[in-house]
Amino acid sequence: MAGACQPMVRLQEADFDLSAEVERLTAGRRDVGAVVTFTGLCRDEGGRLEALELEHYPGMAEAEIGRIADEAARRWPLTGLTVIHRFGRIRPGENIVLVVAASSHRRAAFEAADFLMDFLKSRAPLWKKEHAAGDAAARWVEAKQQDHEDMQRWQR
Amino acid sequence: MKLVYFAWVRERIGVAEEEVTLPPETTTVAGLLTWLAGRGDGYAAALEHAEAIRVAIDHEHVDHSAPLPANGEIALFPPMTGG
Repeated sequence: MAGACQPMVRLQEADFDLSAEVERLTAGRRDVGAVVTFTGLCRDEGGRLEALELEHYPGMAEAEIGRIADEAARRWPLTGLTVIHRFGRIRPGENIVLVVAASSHRRAAFEAADFLMDFLKSRAPLWKKEHAAGDAAARWVEAKQQDHEDMQRWQR
Repeated sequence: MKLVYFAWVRERIGVAEEEVTLPPETTTVAGLLTWLAGRGDGYAAALEHAEAIRVAIDHEHVDHSAPLPANGEIALFPPMTGG
C-alpha cells in the first residue's frame, strides 16, 4: 500500500461538524471500507456542572496531537485521520473532541481511534476547569491514574 | 529564557509567561524547578509537589533530568486533562 496517510489536526474554539469531517475522508474515494468516529461531549455530572473551561498550550497542542496522529498512521493502515479538539468555554451537551479514523478495514479504524484518545488524554497539553452550578468555586479537573494506564496498554 | 505556565501552575505563579536569566549552575529541568520555587510564595505554592509538574521544551515533553537549552521556550504545567 502507499505510505502513511497525512493526519489533519485542528485546535479550535468553534464547534465541529461530524458529517462534514467524515465526508472529507470519504468523498471521491473507493478504497475506504470503514470509518470510525469518536466524539467526546461535555456532561453535566448529574446537574452539578454549569460549564467546562478548556485551556490549551497553543502550538504545542497541535504539535503533540500531530505526533500522536502520525504514530497512529504508522501503526495502522489508515486512509485518513482527523483530530479536532475544542478549547474555551463548553457547556454540557456540547462537543469537546472528535477523532475520525478511516481505513479499508474496520479493525485498523477502531484501534487507531481508541489509541488516539488514550494518548491524547495523557499527553496533549489541555486542561479542564469545572465551573459548578451555583456559587461553588471553579476547580481544575485532576488527572486520573486510569488515563495513564489506558495509555500504557498500547506499549509493545 | 522564556518560561510559560498553564492551568493552576499559571494561576498560582500569577503570570502566564516571563523572561528569566538563570544562574549558571542551573543546567537541568530539575534545577530550574528548584530555583523557581525559591522566587516567592506563588512559585513555592505552584511547585510544592515539583515531581508532579510536567515540563516541555520547545513544545516537546521532557523529563526532569533533561538539560536546559541555551535558548528556547520552557513550559510548566500540571498533568493534562484534555480529551
